Amino acid sequence: MVNEIIIAGFGGQGVLSMGKILAYSGLMEGKEVSWFPSYGPEQRGGTSNVTVILSDNVISSPIVSEYDIAIILNQPSLEKFESQVKPGGILLYDPDGIHRPPTRKDISIYKVDAMAKATEMQNQKAFNMIVLGGLLKVKPIVDLEHVMMGLKKTLPVRHHGLLPMNEKAIITGMEIVEEIK
Amino acid sequence: MKGNEAVAHAAIRLGVDGYFGYPITPQSEILETLMAEAPWKTTGMVVLQAESETASINMVYGGAGCGKAVMTSSSSPGLSLMQEGLSYLAAGSLPCLVINVMRGGPGLGTIQPSQSDYFQTVKGGGHGDYKMVTLAPASVQEMSDFVGLGFELAFKHSTPVMILTDGVIGQMMEKVKLPEFRRRRTEEEIRKQCPWATLGKTPDRKPNIITTLELDAHAMERININLQEKYRKIEESEIRYQEIDCDDMDYLIVAFGSAARISQKAAELAKAEGIKVGIIRPITLWPYPSDIINQYASKVKGILTVEFNAGQMVEDVRLAVNGKVPVEHFGRLGGIIPTPFEVVSALKQKLIK
Repeated sequence: MVNEIIIAGFGGQGVLSMGKILAYSGLMEGKEVSWFPSYGPEQRGGTSNVTVILSDNVISSPIVSEYDIAIILNQPSLEKFESQVKPGGILLYDPDGIHRPPTRKDISIYKVDAMAKATEMQNQKAFNMIVLGGLLKVKPIVDLEHVMMGLKKTLPVRHHGLLPMNEKAIITGMEIVEEIK
Repeated sequence: MKGNEAVAHAAIRLGVDGYFGYPITPQSEILETLMAEAPWKTTGMVVLQAESETASINMVYGGAGCGKAVMTSSSSPGLSLMQEGLSYLAAGSLPCLVINVMRGGPGLGTIQPSQSDYFQTVKGGGHGDYKMVTLAPASVQEMSDFVGLGFELAFKHSTPVMILTDGVIGQMMEKVKLPEFRRRRTEEEIRKQCPWATLGKTPDRKPNIITTLELDAHAMERININLQEKYRKIEESEIRYQEIDCDDMDYLIVAFGSAARISQKAAELAKAEGIKVGIIRPITLWPYPSDIINQYASKVKGILTVEFNAGQMVEDVRLAVNGKVPVEHFGRLGGIIPTPFEVVSALKQKLIK
């Protein structure tokens, strides 16, 4: 089993850290993982993306041409990556900042209103974990227990007090994600 | 962990004596990780941010002259600044480890990954007849492993060793198993291993002198002949490469480092279309695995090199193949990473037709 995932959005949305948490979660499950960021100058305010691969076997290329799953957090990223989702794949997006929604019919499309929910929860930092929760609901590629282990590994010890908040955000994401038909 | 971070952790664990470097993307995590780990408090390893790349490489020259295990790292423009120092290190037969996490050039270029310093590295970017053992890692694991291998080869042959990698391998995160901790060598051990080292004269011998200047042309020729003899010995004993699916193939891809990883995915895609592709991944770029490429050349319909450059290693493949089969090149330039799809299309377009 292999999952090739692209996470794309604005710099500062937590794109890279979401990818890192996903990769570490896979590691905790004993999977092979790779994490490759777009590390260009665009990280400072512009678009940012990361390719995460979770696999049961050795990963050949950390860079791929098309993805099983695309997590899209802004319009430029949608325009760039919608066409690169494999037929039958998944596209998950946050409608905040998307004014032309995805149109493909041969993939499953889901939306997770994470930005609105994070604002409602008065916790912008929970945003990327709400999105991650949405993904884990529609495609449980790693289980929640290992995600929490991955989070613990990526968060500095001084922030371990935030683990329950993150878990709550993931569960919220699982609750609010919906399929677009 | 990132490839760059793996280099830093491996260096501390392997008992390296000193690192001298100047920050440049995409390799700054090497210096940053070393600074954060502060090994001078634990192993006694010196970590110093020099004022420039020129200073770093000359600090390496000084440390290496004392028989210490010293290293530096930089990215393409920084390596251009170091070429004089590398020529001197090679001429002085001084062991050291240099890491180039390549980015797109020429000039100040871009911070994105590239493999366009192949010529500079394996054909001698500095002046004079010298060669540098060049290792090309293709994973975060090899970034860690080649620190150990690099120093082993550097001291075995008393010569500078380069790890030639790029922004993909430096920046990506993968699983890695770091080497076991090993203490730094004592001064006594260094004197024994490197009798030439300038560690202070003892009464039983003449002063050790390390110089690269020899105004007597006959003596200078002798120095060159000795260097060449050493290089022939390295060519006989240190060639390393990886074969992937070469037992049943119609086409061969030759690629190193991250281009080899992408080519592996391309080979999987091609296989799904019924095209049988094998890969040879040179691990040492000098000495180059010419013989194995030559042997396989008679068994395939064509060879494609995949490189993040305008066609550099392809020249060595053509020399190895010596006209037996068509050898084509596919590459993207200036920091663009080719996708596996593009590699498959290039294979079809250039060789299968």
